[in-house]
Amino acid sequence: MKQEFTISLFTEDHIGILGQITIILTRRQINIDSITASESAVTGVQLLTIVVSTTDEMIQKVARQMEKLVDVMKVFVHSSDQIIYQEIALFKISTKGLMSGNVIDHIVRDHHARILEVSPEYIVLEKTGHKTEITELLAQLEPYGVLQFARSGRVAITKQVKELNSYLKEMDEANRFKTEPTLN
Amino acid sequence: MKTVQEKEQATIEVNGQKHITGAEALLECLIEEGVDTIFGYPGGAIMPVYDKLMDYEDRLKHILTRHEQGAAHAAQAYAMVTGRPGICFATSGPGATNLVTGIANAFLDSVPVVFITAQVVSSLIGTDAFQETDIIGVSMPITKWNCQVKKSHEIPDTIAKAFYIAKSGRPGPVLIDITKDAQLEKLNFKYKKCDYIRSYNPHIPLHTKAIESAAIMINHAERPLILAGHGVLISGAEDELKAFAEKTGIPVASTLLGLSGFPSSHRLFTGMLGMHGNYGPNLLTNEADLIIAIGMRFDDRVTGNLKKYAKKATIIHIEIDEAEINKNVVVDVEINNDAKEALKYLIPLVKENSFEKWIREFRICDKTEYEKVIKPETIPEKGEIKMGEVVSRISEITKGEAIIVTDVGQNQMVAARYYKFNHPNSLVTSGGMGTMGFGLPAGLGAKIGRPDKQVITFVGDGGIQMTIQELGTIFQYNVPVKIIILNNNFLGMVRQWQDMFFDKRYASTELVNPDFVMISKAYSIPAKKVSKREDLNSSLQEMLASEGPYLLDIAIEKEGNVFPMVEPGASVSEIRLTY
Repeated sequence: MKQEFTISLFTEDHIGILGQITIILTRRQINIDSITASESAVTGVQLLTIVVSTTDEMIQKVARQMEKLVDVMKVFVHSSDQIIYQEIALFKISTKGLMSGNVIDHIVRDHHARILEVSPEYIVLEKTGHKTEITELLAQLEPYGVLQFARSGRVAITKQVKELNSYLKEMDEANRFKTEPTLN
Repeated sequence: MKTVQEKEQATIEVNGQKHITGAEALLECLIEEGVDTIFGYPGGAIMPVYDKLMDYEDRLKHILTRHEQGAAHAAQAYAMVTGRPGICFATSGPGATNLVTGIANAFLDSVPVVFITAQVVSSLIGTDAFQETDIIGVSMPITKWNCQVKKSHEIPDTIAKAFYIAKSGRPGPVLIDITKDAQLEKLNFKYKKCDYIRSYNPHIPLHTKAIESAAIMINHAERPLILAGHGVLISGAEDELKAFAEKTGIPVASTLLGLSGFPSSHRLFTGMLGMHGNYGPNLLTNEADLIIAIGMRFDDRVTGNLKKYAKKATIIHIEIDEAEINKNVVVDVEINNDAKEALKYLIPLVKENSFEKWIREFRICDKTEYEKVIKPETIPEKGEIKMGEVVSRISEITKGEAIIVTDVGQNQMVAARYYKFNHPNSLVTSGGMGTMGFGLPAGLGAKIGRPDKQVITFVGDGGIQMTIQELGTIFQYNVPVKIIILNNNFLGMVRQWQDMFFDKRYASTELVNPDFVMISKAYSIPAKKVSKREDLNSSLQEMLASEGPYLLDIAIEKEGNVFPMVEPGASVSEIRLTY
């Protein structure tokens, strides 16, 4: 059965790494629901957060293929209950429409949204939360004329205690074991 | 007055560092890595490298193939027989794209090849310049790692990294794309071999607990079977495999690419697995209570129908590539380690044992297969010459001492089935990719890698014509490889499938062939046509006794089929002996 997974990839900051990762997904016909790239807490290490819907079996295989990439340090796969995550959305709504009813302050308060800009033509609202909350707000705003809507990819922090740094340390120690690479 | 070239050659040494061009730096790097042979093909963008290659002729031998694909396959075969990475050069654009089949082939069969492609000058990248191709993008899914270099000072570290990645862990091809301006630009050269990459750790600590639980299972098994793959050869674990099998008394079956990792004549050897493998190991995979898979990846050609594969067995999987574990077959014990290291730790933990009754079951199967398939195929009394007969004679005459190279299809399956291998790394074949056209250039690469060995290439009349121009390379460098065409005027394996699964409708599989003997002679390669059984032995002897290259065009049974066969979608235990 398909379910939603958040993949967190810690990678080197090299050109082309995103391409290497996405082709692993596209080859297996897995659609990317959202993707975010940013720095991580470790200097020089990039964090990619990818949300996909697939089976548990497939996500394990995909994660191993990703971790196999030379420039990928560590891959974590989480279900939604294992992470704290947010998405951010911006809404541009016609001022006329929104002012016609006496709703603007209700909407802003009920959804913990923020007003970023007001002009005679439009109002820009910001909403941070889960996708479902953002979708709810969008549905509520639709009757008033949504001129533009944009939602970011997911950013996520894991609940687990072990941090990337300790994994990097372990990998370093393992590397000290090394013997000359042999072939034949 | 000095020529421009001489002026450039006069390298200045500053603080022990040579001030040289990127092209020279590349060649210096190769020498530092112990390279002495390069397969390649020049072109516009790579001309600075080829120009400098003339100054390195005493240390770097360049083999000019007739097509970049040939260079790629030859480099792979060279790597497979020497254990050292193969090196392949090509220019930008079509030169680079012509490598693609060869790169993919090396990738699927885990062979270390360092591909160097040239790129247009960096200011032209992205402009659709003449002979510009995004080879980094193209080769991304078929290389272990690739990288573009636009600055000459990046060359040494990138090449060092490329060699380290290609050779270590599960080996594979890497590609470095160097712009023309980086080849010309000067740098202060200093080389340091790479032995560490932060994000890449091929040295996995031994999973001792898993190996210990594997040992307990092995010590309690009643019908255990070892499946040995290419990983045994790659990690150099042949002696450990032998010691492990002999101590435990467990029979050994091999994948196609694992062949020659365990002596074919060993009393515990049960043969090849897979679609055209031997009867016993296929049939009895489904009777085993324990499978110890070593350095193999449960390819679909080995497993047949996964839903009916080895259902009675507990499965132990020793495999260096974690992504291969639980990929096709869900296993009970994961040992994500190098085969040699894992076996070394495992051997003292297992008890001495023997499985005579279990092995007898294999021998009964062998007898059946011999009567129904092997005997009629290898010692036929009448009719046309058979494929298996040719391979069998070669095996007898060379006493299993030769290196066997194959193309793809029926010629490949019979070569794998009927040659008895004595030494590791003596089969060079295109396994995962199944690349027709592999045989001839691979034969050339293997012979250059192991001039001390008799190298025999089996090709079909279809496959040889995909890369037949490499006869030119064999001629030019006088490479004494022996070429045997198993000629049935058909694309034999496809015809066999049409015969079996498509109502004998031979759609586009019949070939009207040229006179291969005349073609060979046009390249001054001695050649002979054989069509009668009584001429076979003497012709093979004559070929093997000849000093230079030799081509034997053997007319074989027109519609011969390769058996046994696990039909597509069938279980390994449904293996068929006849049609």
